[in-house]
Amino acid sequence: MLPDKHGRYGRYGGRFVPETLIPALLELEEAYRRISREREFKEELAWYLKDYVGRPTPLYFARHLTAALGGPQIYIKREDLAHTGAHKINNTLGQGLLARRMGKKRLIAETGAGQHGVATATVAALLGMECDIYMGTEDIRRQRLNVIRMRLLGSKVIPVESGSRTLKDAMNETIRDWVTNVRHTHYIIGSVAGPHPYPMIVRDFQAVIGKEARAQIRKITGRLPQCLVACVGGGSNAMGLFHPFLNDPVRFVGVEAAGHGLASGHHSATLVAGTVGVLHGSFSYLLQDPWGNIQEAHSLAPGLDYPGVGPEHSYFKDTGRAEYVAVSDAEALEGFKLLSRTEGILPALESAHAVAYLQKLAPEYGKDDMIIVNLSGRGDKDMDAVAEALEVSGD
Amino acid sequence: MTRIDQVFKRLKAKREKALIPFITAGDPDLATTKALALEMVAKGADLLELGIPFSDPLADGPTIQAASNRAVQGGVHLAEVLKLTGEIRRETDIPLILMGYYNPIWQYGLERTAREAAVLGVDGFIIPDLPPEEAGPWRVAAAKAGVAAIFLAAPTSGAERIKHLGRLTRGFLYYVSVTGITGARMELPPDLVTALKEVRRLVKCPLAVGFGISTPEQVRWLAPYVDGIVVGSAIVQRVARLKGQELIREVGDFVAALKAPLRAR
Repeated sequence: MLPDKHGRYGRYGGRFVPETLIPALLELEEAYRRISREREFKEELAWYLKDYVGRPTPLYFARHLTAALGGPQIYIKREDLAHTGAHKINNTLGQGLLARRMGKKRLIAETGAGQHGVATATVAALLGMECDIYMGTEDIRRQRLNVIRMRLLGSKVIPVESGSRTLKDAMNETIRDWVTNVRHTHYIIGSVAGPHPYPMIVRDFQAVIGKEARAQIRKITGRLPQCLVACVGGGSNAMGLFHPFLNDPVRFVGVEAAGHGLASGHHSATLVAGTVGVLHGSFSYLLQDPWGNIQEAHSLAPGLDYPGVGPEHSYFKDTGRAEYVAVSDAEALEGFKLLSRTEGILPALESAHAVAYLQKLAPEYGKDDMIIVNLSGRGDKDMDAVAEALEVSGD
Repeated sequence: MTRIDQVFKRLKAKREKALIPFITAGDPDLATTKALALEMVAKGADLLELGIPFSDPLADGPTIQAASNRAVQGGVHLAEVLKLTGEIRRETDIPLILMGYYNPIWQYGLERTAREAAVLGVDGFIIPDLPPEEAGPWRVAAAKAGVAAIFLAAPTSGAERIKHLGRLTRGFLYYVSVTGITGARMELPPDLVTALKEVRRLVKCPLAVGFGISTPEQVRWLAPYVDGIVVGSAIVQRVARLKGQELIREVGDFVAALKAPLRAR
């Protein structure tokens, strides 16, 4: 099973970080391999996932959405119903418990949409750990409610003014903090990105999504689905859903953000339109200019607004195990409206990208076929942005 | 023997230590970088370190981030930095070292970068986000072209890694003084001298220390324990603040003041 001992997925992955961090990454890998196998740790994590996060999350047969699409049966994996409103808590809880066992006193994290920041702040409060969250000032403006949530949970939100003032820059700043405070601080990376062993650790903690979904659909229907669909920014919710189906004859579709359109240059479609290189510690697809400077990403969904992507997704792209497509801001808003009106579920703008792509996929399938779409988060955090984009008045 | 080896050997014979000033190439523009480089050589620099601008310099503090950003905004990239080093090389024999992040170098091509750099008179590269585990292809390309792949060691490295880094590195080993990013600091870690003595014991190659060193007093304090001292952010701060002849004069005076405690007594 990948990654190999160098942290590589084929040619992707690795550990491209300053020497100062290498011993910490080696220590983290060793601790993770040891602790994650301990029965006590597994029981503790399982207990929190059930009684605190509310797992398993339902696999919901979306009858009305299915009817509206007029093709395959659509099942929705309801990660939006997990505590804090998104799948991010699966990973922050796992890493938080791991960090505590490693004797770390402080947690740090980057956040874009604020969902990973909130999930990290939540776990810090739960475990009684100090916590600082780095967030670009552009995202702070777009996701004010999540900033308030993090502060109420007792974390400090540190504004990042550099670069595009979004997720990429928040991640740079978190890495700088970690380089400085590595001896007592654990960095909870929020996606299947970053240097080895993070893509592996985050994938493993998020794999609970796919393990549950696989068992649930077999219990409900006695079969496996034909296709899985999830949005991809860094790619953690998609990897979490896909990975347990790796050896099954099931199609994987990852949906990136095409922003204003791929031709406009204002998008976050790293796998669809990017080229390979090194960003934030791993070799993967990314958005860059011909000189290797990282380009700014764009998406209406702040959680997808990232110019990199997890290395295992790059591997899946090259091997053809998964296919990657892109959906524009406007199409994602249509997906948002579709799910809201048919099922009474307001999706996060990120997840709305996956929902939107169902409209393109549905005609390829018959009525006996099944598609699972990962609803990675709920839409409450996006109300201001959606209201503005769809010109919905609150008066 | 390479230019870097020769300089350390010559200084050692004189019981003198190397001053290695750093500035970001293209901040505020390439012509100023050239003028500053030549002034620093004239005022006592023994090796020169030039930064290749990059959009996301994650090992750097605010000062060098801002400098890198100014240069990127000015459209300066690796090919222009290489050309600049060629121009500087025509006027001085001082070892020229480029500091740059891995992605721009990988995009330009490892072999192409090393080959063109060698032809233009670059002596070595420091790539702060390329640890030895990932450096295999770069070490091959650098060795083939005859430029030094210079490695960094950190306070977190531990004895075994430091020994390993000491064997891998070419030219000198760059010891990072602090657990942290670049940037001028009022105070350096109190146990830095102990750490340097330990590194000295573990490696045979010349040893330079950098990160945070910003005053002649700090240089004087550390000089007995190393072969060279890198000063970056403290110079880059002056580049950000001053212009024209005033900038050149001020940086020249500062370099002279930093070099004074490194001369044989």
